Amino acid sequence: MQDCTYLIVGSSHAGLTALDAIRMIDPEAPLIMATREDHLPYSPTVLPYVVSGRSIPKKVALRDEDYFKRQNVAFLRNAELKSLDVAASTARFEGGANVRYEKLLLATGAQPSIPPIPGLKDAFFHVLRTMDDALNLKSAMGSAKSALVLGAGLIGTHAAENMAEAGVKVTIVEAKGQVLPGYFDKDASALIETAFRKHGIALEFGRSVKEIKQGRAVLEDGAELPFDLLLIATGVRPQLSFLDGTGVKTANGIMVDEMQRTSAANVWAAGDCAEARMFQAQGTGVAGILPIAVEQGRIAGQAMVGDHGVKAFPGSVLLNTYSFFGQQAISVGIGEVADGETCLRIDEAAGTYLKIVLKDGKLMGVASVNNPIDPGILWQLILRRTDLSEVKDRFLADPKAVGRMLMSRLWR
Amino acid sequence: MSAYNSLTYNASLCIGCGECMMACAKAKTGSADDLSQSRIKIVVAEEGKYEAALCRQCGDAKCVMNCPSGALTKNQANGLIDWNADTCVNCLLCTVGCVYGGITFEASVGHVAKCDTCGGDPACVKVCKSGALGYVTTAAIYNDYGKEEDLFAPGLAACQGCNSELMIRHVLRKVGKNVVVAAPPGCIPGMGTVGYNGKAGAKVPIFHPLLTNTASMLAGLKRTYERQGREVTALALAGDGGASDVGFQSLSGAAERGERILFICFDNEGYMNTGMQASSATSFGSWTSTTPVGDKLQGKRTDAKNMPMVMMMHNAAYVATASSVYMEDFYEKLDKALEASKKGFAYLHLYAPCPSGWRFPAGLTIDICRLMVESNFVTLWDYEPDRGLVFTHPTDKPKPLESYLKAIGKYRHLAQEQVDRIKKLLEDRLAMLKRFAR
Repeated sequence: MQDCTYLIVGSSHAGLTALDAIRMIDPEAPLIMATREDHLPYSPTVLPYVVSGRSIPKKVALRDEDYFKRQNVAFLRNAELKSLDVAASTARFEGGANVRYEKLLLATGAQPSIPPIPGLKDAFFHVLRTMDDALNLKSAMGSAKSALVLGAGLIGTHAAENMAEAGVKVTIVEAKGQVLPGYFDKDASALIETAFRKHGIALEFGRSVKEIKQGRAVLEDGAELPFDLLLIATGVRPQLSFLDGTGVKTANGIMVDEMQRTSAANVWAAGDCAEARMFQAQGTGVAGILPIAVEQGRIAGQAMVGDHGVKAFPGSVLLNTYSFFGQQAISVGIGEVADGETCLRIDEAAGTYLKIVLKDGKLMGVASVNNPIDPGILWQLILRRTDLSEVKDRFLADPKAVGRMLMSRLWR
Repeated sequence: MSAYNSLTYNASLCIGCGECMMACAKAKTGSADDLSQSRIKIVVAEEGKYEAALCRQCGDAKCVMNCPSGALTKNQANGLIDWNADTCVNCLLCTVGCVYGGITFEASVGHVAKCDTCGGDPACVKVCKSGALGYVTTAAIYNDYGKEEDLFAPGLAACQGCNSELMIRHVLRKVGKNVVVAAPPGCIPGMGTVGYNGKAGAKVPIFHPLLTNTASMLAGLKRTYERQGREVTALALAGDGGASDVGFQSLSGAAERGERILFICFDNEGYMNTGMQASSATSFGSWTSTTPVGDKLQGKRTDAKNMPMVMMMHNAAYVATASSVYMEDFYEKLDKALEASKKGFAYLHLYAPCPSGWRFPAGLTIDICRLMVESNFVTLWDYEPDRGLVFTHPTDKPKPLESYLKAIGKYRHLAQEQVDRIKKLLEDRLAMLKRFAR
């Protein structure tokens, strides 16, 4: 049995940000960071770039060995959390290692969710969530002529682009009617889809796979799509079997309060495994995005170490950035709101799109394609519920310049 | 840990000329044509008013935390957020993290761009005529002296917000341990520097002369050390009473004889530790416990004796005035004074506003120090006999004197004619000083 003051399970953005927040206040107390990986910490977000070859696996580590030495941290690799005893404050890892903690952060992330399609579990397919997944996909991509991607979310579209650029004939099947549902509306998605079609990627919207057979997928209408390579990218969800029997409250993720505390004493959760309040909607949700993982990891670390500077989590604002074929799309906040006011500017020829949604003079959301904006500033305007009434016309005309002006005046 | 230099922007001074953006675009791309290439973005706030967006080189940078590929890092040596083109994957998550618009996607180059302070010599600052942009290098002082030992004990009992305690700690860090310190009666021994109950308040030899004989005792010690063949700095840390009133005879004599000592006067314009009585350094119109405000008297009736000018007229080896808001200037002068004290008499006059005796909030000490200089209430200069007097802070665009007087309780009662008299005195003194400048 190993003893430590702080145990952090997971070594991506939420865990690392928490670690830094803890070490800012408490440089000494025994701290263990455990990961199921054999690799140094890396970000799942970088994996599509590993697949494409843009990133070299050796160079994407977010921390090196020396960092853990300097921060006086024991970094445990190949340590997958198996079970918890929250009453005794102990964690049991794969291979039998036991750790007794004073304070525990669960930053275990999420795993691909595999749809219950008949034949799928007997077929060979790829997912893209870990470094090993990325290396496997990269090598398989080299010998494949055709690929089928299930799901047109961020992972599915990124990987499809990578494979198409490598000369593979790619088809994406998406049950919903567009790419990146949830982040972009149909108009914005249409611009993105144009780029995909131009690069020879077939998009099958509103269709779903009934059955997977050897080397082909059967769609609900009976059509068959052959493939050399199958990628399942139908979303991710936290894998929380280590909580079985602990009584820790969960829904889609581990339920946390505004300080990232779970329902168990001395246990916090942050990032893609945590379910927290939403800022622009009732209820709670798993945000599953990197910037929110960073926010939550920082709050959890500060709360664990007793940093008086800690501020409560205001709630997740949905936001994302998406690069495709050298173009950029950004979304911050929500794209539709009842009784709202929408300003929409689309230039199909130029491939640009900008949508700004206001309600009662306050910003609700901005989405843009090839129309550079400052998402960090817009995020703050939403969180602060800044009243834009007085500058509304100027803001709608030039959200970048007016956003910067407001930033410089309000929180410089 | 190091302290870092920083780019600063003062919106109230910006005239929106755009020179900084042109200089930045030129420095980064070779051409000033495309202002969107500038990493500093000046935006119009309203008619004639401007604001700016630029990288703050944050200590806990969200852009770095958000970077999935390790392309952004905080450089511990120079404090900059470094961007690595090789490892950047163009995901733009850094632009989500930055709430300042400091790292932005630049379509024309196809990747994010941010300020790198041109490697410590920012092109934008050099062309800023309005003074809105600045490059503050004062933090280097922390790097230079932060590692030196503080030679006063912790827990000195100075009043809250005391400028003198701050400055004596700076002085000894610089002077080092090879010193003998004379601290005549006043706030400095009063706060415990010479010790209480047999416990020393300093980690170097320190003694408590009479108010009258500080300079002569110190001169004797210095000569004794010299006779023993030891080179030891002889340093006096005195108040304005110990310099310009009670201690003046011995000080004047030591300066006249060219004794090799460094005499530092902490000028808080009165006898503050004994109940805020006026000294000859107390400024005209000041309320003190011996120059009260009532029917007969409206504060001090006479002008302050200008000690640094008096010492300059002794033809001392080095004379300077300094303030704790211009620390680089202060350290330069301390260096020169130490060097001069090896050959002759050196005198340093430090302006030390006193929250307790002057009646201003303790948290405003440094602001008062700054206003004092910026309003020309005092002037910063140094003097060497063969070089003459040199102003070390510009005196040509002073802030209104009233802004200084109004910030301090001891001037609260001043009538307009008193203010006018102070103004005239300051103008006359400045004109006189200018005649000594070469």
